[in-house]
Amino acid sequence: MSARLDPRPRARPKPRAHPAPGRLGPAAGMWRSLKGRFYGNNFLVLITVVLFVAVYVAGVFIYRDKNFGSLNSFFDMLNSNPGLIVIAAGMTMVLISGGIDISVGAQVAMYCMMFAFFMERRGVGCATMIVVVLLTGLVFGLVQGALVAYFKIQPFIVTLAGMFFARGMTATISPQTIDITNPDFMGLALFKFKFAFGGYTNASGVYQQPFVYLSVVLALAALVLVYAVMTWTKFGRGVYAVGGSEQSARLMGLNVTRTQLFVYTFNGLLTAFGGFLFCLFSTGGAVEKAQGFEMQAIASSVIGGTLLTGGVGNVLGSFVGVLVQTTITKFINFNGTLANGWSSIVLAAIMSFFIILQSVFTYVRGKRR
Amino acid sequence: MADPLICMRGISKNFPGVKALDQVDFKLMPGEVHALMGENGAGKSTLVKVLTGAEAFESGQIFLGGATQPIINHSPQEAQSRGISTVYQEVNLCPNLTVAENLFVGRQPRRLGLIDWREMNRRARAIMDGIGVDIDVSKPLEVYSIAIQQMVAIGRAIDISSQVLVLDEPTSSLNEQEVATLFRLVRRLKDQGMGIIFITHFLEQVYEVCDTITVLRNGRLIGQYAIDSMPRKDLVAAMLGRAFDDLAAIRHSSAEPVDRNEAPVISARQLGVRGQIKPFDLDIYAGQVVGLAGLLGSGRTEVARAVYGADAPDSGRLEVKGDRIGHSPIDAMRAGMAFCPESRKDEGCVQDLSVRENIVLAEQTKRGAFRLMSRAEQEKLARRYVELLQIKTASLDTPIKQLSGGNQQKVILARWLATDPDFLILDEPTRGIDVGTKAEIQKLCVELAGDGLAVLFISSEIDEMLRTCGRIAIMRDRRKVGELSGDGLTSAAIMSQIAGEEPHDD
Repeated sequence: MSARLDPRPRARPKPRAHPAPGRLGPAAGMWRSLKGRFYGNNFLVLITVVLFVAVYVAGVFIYRDKNFGSLNSFFDMLNSNPGLIVIAAGMTMVLISGGIDISVGAQVAMYCMMFAFFMERRGVGCATMIVVVLLTGLVFGLVQGALVAYFKIQPFIVTLAGMFFARGMTATISPQTIDITNPDFMGLALFKFKFAFGGYTNASGVYQQPFVYLSVVLALAALVLVYAVMTWTKFGRGVYAVGGSEQSARLMGLNVTRTQLFVYTFNGLLTAFGGFLFCLFSTGGAVEKAQGFEMQAIASSVIGGTLLTGGVGNVLGSFVGVLVQTTITKFINFNGTLANGWSSIVLAAIMSFFIILQSVFTYVRGKRR
Repeated sequence: MADPLICMRGISKNFPGVKALDQVDFKLMPGEVHALMGENGAGKSTLVKVLTGAEAFESGQIFLGGATQPIINHSPQEAQSRGISTVYQEVNLCPNLTVAENLFVGRQPRRLGLIDWREMNRRARAIMDGIGVDIDVSKPLEVYSIAIQQMVAIGRAIDISSQVLVLDEPTSSLNEQEVATLFRLVRRLKDQGMGIIFITHFLEQVYEVCDTITVLRNGRLIGQYAIDSMPRKDLVAAMLGRAFDDLAAIRHSSAEPVDRNEAPVISARQLGVRGQIKPFDLDIYAGQVVGLAGLLGSGRTEVARAVYGADAPDSGRLEVKGDRIGHSPIDAMRAGMAFCPESRKDEGCVQDLSVRENIVLAEQTKRGAFRLMSRAEQEKLARRYVELLQIKTASLDTPIKQLSGGNQQKVILARWLATDPDFLILDEPTRGIDVGTKAEIQKLCVELAGDGLAVLFISSEIDEMLRTCGRIAIMRDRRKVGELSGDGLTSAAIMSQIAGEEPHDD
């Protein structure tokens, strides 16, 4: 260690080579990392997974004569939710950063309307519209992010304004309901990946081949991307740091402002992408589309183990959260005698359960300290 | 002679209406542990902040490592890149991230552009081994004690830049073993040639670990002294700017002025809270100051919380002046108890409310929501205590967060005194505040007892307890292990009971 200080700022010296600790077999290492991963918050994710599996298996058992357990039935859950999968991932990122974005539902409606109106009424091409929508989302997120990061306005307020704006914009583009018929777009919407196994033969004796839409593959790709960003990039870990303690993150040299700006911008892009996937599923634009979508995304995150206080959460957990929600709806639908309202009621119960679990968890953690 | 690591000359800095620093010089040599001493508001923190780029300054120059060109740090990051790191009193790390991540946030080792977790954990382990801390670096930081967290902060600081380390009140939340561990580390770093700036309120610690002392008062430099040439009394005098015998003047209230015929103000019988504190007995009579001594986490605060009903006891009984009372804070308040909690910031001050509002809070609560105090009444009450306790505040309507720590503590004290209690619990009332205010609070405590109040006094500083308390209960491992009073009340006796060994003479 030299005793002289260099008066100019300098780059950090190259890290010294550190001696490796005691050798461990790969199994031991994996066990340790697994143990580390299921420490604390990941425990909540684990519970979500267990819950999902339990509910699903119960469904398979109870509705065994209705093909609940078929691959088709499982894929249905994905096929009807590509948008939510992506948007829940984005929402989780925002929540981890300590913020919130309640504009995503209205944004989705706006993007659907943009697709429907410009393709059907103005003859704009499908590819062009995809680019336009993604760029719009990017700018939308950038503006919201700038208001949060630079002007230090509460994320709730900023995105509330964003929500009103997007919903109003949707009606301004067109107050009518427009169905999409653009052949390119419909081609994408109906593109299927078929599976050669796991199907069933229906009552009329026709074999039902399980399939997933292209949109599902795209949604899962986006999910993996967000997970990778959150786990293996400086930006992603910075989001956790900012959510854990903004003050500390700043003192540790992280650019909190920029991190926040990126979070909302990235989320804008994800919302636009999710909106696109949602539109592939719903193939139309209407002012009232995707009502309460933001709340579904938040619910998925919470069930997936994200704390609204920030710093804690897991993108993959939120995906399981989406599955849990969908399974409940499916359960109610398969029952046939229960009104649709029951799925919301059951969801409310499950969310309460998770919130209690989280608060117990936070309490225990606080005590240990 | 080697060049100084840091040489600050003629540093001046103004805050609105205050000269925070006025022509201050400061010099730090390599291999030196340098204490920065002064009362709250003397300018210690400001000086450090100027050095580390957290605050701008108006005039003066900073030279590094004997260079002739002055530098200015515009941000803590810039200071860090020049080899100056700071570890603050409150651990400024992210509790939700793992230890390894905290060590490497913003500079994680990467492979193919992605964070290499294995490499990061390996290096983190090496850093923590290097400072003699053996922990699992892949666990979230929050599972470890504050002391360990502080070690992690130091590990991070010295791994980033290893020439100047600023320790800003690092010991105020550590217990004795933890302080000892920290000091071992400090000595080790010093032997490696680092310069360490140490800010603390604990005089003993200064004499234990420091080589040099710089004293500031009211933003002005009083002097720089070698530790050997500066007896403790002179240091206090230099900090306060007057010959100081107040500390010694506090009467040792050893003879307990008790009328045993009267029912004790507080009488706990086998009171316990599962998982918090084992059942204990405790009697406190009017006019007594009873201390609770023990290590951090030994159950001192838990005793106070159980008595006050902040944690509902699940065994035993509690009597106030002979009457059983319910186990909740509002019952306790109505029975005449007042509780100044340990953590000023989290449990005491309502940061955004004014001094006046903070003072009337408890009294208003006691009255209930339907008997609002008029503004005039509130002001009268607040003014009385601001004067009585000599709280330094710009006005009654100044938000409490703008006050110094010592004055905030006085406001909290005022809040409870305003309820006209019979029994006052003070949990670490002097932590993190300057010597002068400390002495005032200790004195006040003794005076209040003289007026017939019963006081439960919790502190980590044994000297302070010996000065203030007539009887001291010793806590160990969440159990009350004994009481000392009268002639048996000596520092050695307390220490040996805390440590859990038989008393021995040495």
